Amino acid sequence: MTKILEVKDLELSFHTFAGEVKAIRGVNFDLHKGETLAIVGESGSGKSVTTKSIMRLLPESSAEYKNGEILFEGKDLTKIPEKNMQKIRGKDISMIFQDPMTSLNPTMTIGRQIMEPILKHQKLNKSEARKKTIELLNLVGIPNAENRYKMYPHQFSGGQRQRIVIAIALACNPKILIADEPTTALDVTIQAQILELMKDIQKKTDTSIIFITHDLGVVANVADRVAVMYGGRIVEIGTVDEIFYNPQHPYTWGLLSSMPSMDLEDQKLYAIPGTPPDLLNPPKGDAFALRSEYAMRIDMERRAPFFKVSETHYAATWLLHPQAPQVEPPALVIERMKTFKGSRYYVDQTGGTV
Amino acid sequence: MVKYIGKRIVYMFITLILIATASFFLMQTLPGSPIASYNKLNDTQKAIVEKKYGIDKPKPVQYAIYMKNLAKGDLGTSFVFKGKSVNDLLAKRLKPSLILGAQAMVFGTIVGILLGMLAALKHNTFWDYGSTFLAILGISIPSFVFASLLQYWIASEWHLLPVGLWNDGWKSSVLPSLALAMGPLALSARFIRTEMIEVLNSDYIVLAKAKGANGFEIAFKHAFRNALIPLITVLGPLAAGLVTGSLVVEQIFAIPGIGEQFVSSIMTNDHATIMGTTLMFSAFLIVVIFIVDILYGVIDPRIRVSGGKG
Repeated sequence: MTKILEVKDLELSFHTFAGEVKAIRGVNFDLHKGETLAIVGESGSGKSVTTKSIMRLLPESSAEYKNGEILFEGKDLTKIPEKNMQKIRGKDISMIFQDPMTSLNPTMTIGRQIMEPILKHQKLNKSEARKKTIELLNLVGIPNAENRYKMYPHQFSGGQRQRIVIAIALACNPKILIADEPTTALDVTIQAQILELMKDIQKKTDTSIIFITHDLGVVANVADRVAVMYGGRIVEIGTVDEIFYNPQHPYTWGLLSSMPSMDLEDQKLYAIPGTPPDLLNPPKGDAFALRSEYAMRIDMERRAPFFKVSETHYAATWLLHPQAPQVEPPALVIERMKTFKGSRYYVDQTGGTV
Repeated sequence: MVKYIGKRIVYMFITLILIATASFFLMQTLPGSPIASYNKLNDTQKAIVEKKYGIDKPKPVQYAIYMKNLAKGDLGTSFVFKGKSVNDLLAKRLKPSLILGAQAMVFGTIVGILLGMLAALKHNTFWDYGSTFLAILGISIPSFVFASLLQYWIASEWHLLPVGLWNDGWKSSVLPSLALAMGPLALSARFIRTEMIEVLNSDYIVLAKAKGANGFEIAFKHAFRNALIPLITVLGPLAAGLVTGSLVVEQIFAIPGIGEQFVSSIMTNDHATIMGTTLMFSAFLIVVIFIVDILYGVIDPRIRVSGGKG
C-alpha cells in the first residue's frame, strides 16, 4: 500500500468578525493508492474544510493554515505557490461537489466545461479533447453524448448533472478524487446509481477517493477505511469493519446508535444530545466530553491522544487508557461488537464470550 | 427564433401606432396654438392660416390624415421652419445625438464594467472603495453639473477641447459624450460589482477553481457572463436615460441635436415636429428593448427563446 497523500497535524482557522474560528485542530491521516477513505461527522465537524484545504479552495482572505502539512508527491500543498497549485487542481487532485444543481456554470455548454481541464492540463488539441469529452460522457453514462455535449446544464436532470460533474473531475485521470457529499442532494435511487458509478470508475482507474458524507449507509457501501471527525479533529480512524463493528470512541457509538435500523422498529431512534462545540472557543479537553455520558474528569482537562486498537485502527479517547474504567457501550453498539472478531464482546458460534 | 422575432416586430409596430395615437391626442390638449400671435389675428385670417396647415378640419380627420402620411413614412411639415419637412429636420439633427448617445453608452458601459470587475476582484481593498466612490459620484452628480465642470476645466482653462458647438469633428463630441457617459458608467459599475461578488462566491466558480483555472479565466470565462445578466436588464432604461439626459447636455454644449430640437419644438407648439421627435424617441427605445431581449437569450441559455421547439 503506497501512501499517496499524507495530512500531518493540520490546523486551519478562519478569521471572522466574531474572532478566530479554529475549524481544523490537528488532523492526521494518510490516503493510500486505490482506496476509498470516508470522512464522516456531523455538520460543522470540519469534513469539508479538511478536503477543501487539501485543494486550497478556501477563501484566501479569511482562511489561514496555522500548522501542519499536506504532503502530496513530496510537496507540501500548504506551502507551494498558487501557480503550482493550479497545475495540481483538476489534474492530480479533483473534486466532486455536493449540489449538482449549482456546481455547473449555467451559461457554458457542458462540453466546454468538461473540456476545460483537458485543454488546460493535457497537450491535446480541440478535436482530441472533444473526443475525450464524449468518451467521458459515455463513461459516466450520459446517453447520446455526441449531441448532448453541446447542451447547457439546465437541460439535464440532477442525477445527470452530477454525472457531468464527475466527468469533469475524471477528465485528467486524477490520482485523488475528493467527493464532498456527492449524493446528499440527490434522491435515493439516483444516489445508488451515482455510488455504483463511482465504485465502477475506481475499479477502472485505480483512483484514490476521499469521500465525505454524513450518511453512514453510504459509508458502509463505498468505503475501505473510515475517519470519524468531531469538532475539527479526527476522533477515530479504522477500516470500515472496525468502525462499524468495533467502535471505541463514544462519539462513534453515538453516531452508530443514531442510525435507524430495520430490525429494531419499536425502539425510539437515538439522537446524540446537545450541539457541536463552538469552535470560536473550542473546549480544552475532549470536544465531545460535554455531550458524552462516558466523559471522565480528564476529558474536560486534556485532549486524548490516539490509542492504537489495531494496526489500522486508532481512537482518541481516554477510555482506551490502561487506567480507565471499563465502561459498557450502548446496547446497540454491543450488538454490533458481538459479530466482530477481536472485540471484547465477540460471541462465537458456541455462544461464549471471548 | 425567427417566429419569435417576427412576432416581436409586429408588436413593435402596434406599440408605435399606440404611441402615435396617444401623443397625437395629448398634444391637442397643449395650451396655445402653433400659429404665432394667434390672438392678434381676426377670424378670417385664422381660417386662412388654419386651412393652410390643415388644422381647420375636425380632430379625427386630422388624425386619420396624419396616420395615413405616417404609414408612408411622412412625418408632415414643420409649422415653424417654413416649408421644411419634419423628416429632413430630424435627419439633420439625429446624427449628433446618435453619435453622442452611442459614444456615451459604449464608453460608459465598458469603463463601468471594468471598474465594477476591478472592485469585485479586489473586494474590500483600496480599488474597491475607489471605484465605489467614483460610481457614487457618477450617480449623484447630475450630468449638467458634470458637463459644466468639464467645460470649465478641460475646455476653457486648459484649452484641450472645444467648449461647445458641433463644428470641430470628433473633438466636439468628446466632452458631451463624457458628460453623458457618467450615468451609465456609474450604474454598470455598481451592477457588475454587486453581481460579480455574488457570482464569485457561487459553487460553479469553486468548481472552476478546482479544475485548475487561474484568476483571469475565472473572472472572464466563468464569472463575467453570469454577472452580465442583471446589467442587461437595466441597459434598456439606461438608453432611455441617455436620450432624456441628452436634452440637457445638448443645451449646455449648444449642440444642434435632436434633444435641443425637441425642447424648442415644444416651446413653439410645433405640433408636427413634436410628434416626429416623440415617435423617433419611442422607436429608438422600442428597438433598444427588443435588442436587450435578444441579448438576454444570447447571454443566458436558460432564457433563450425557442421558436416552436418548446
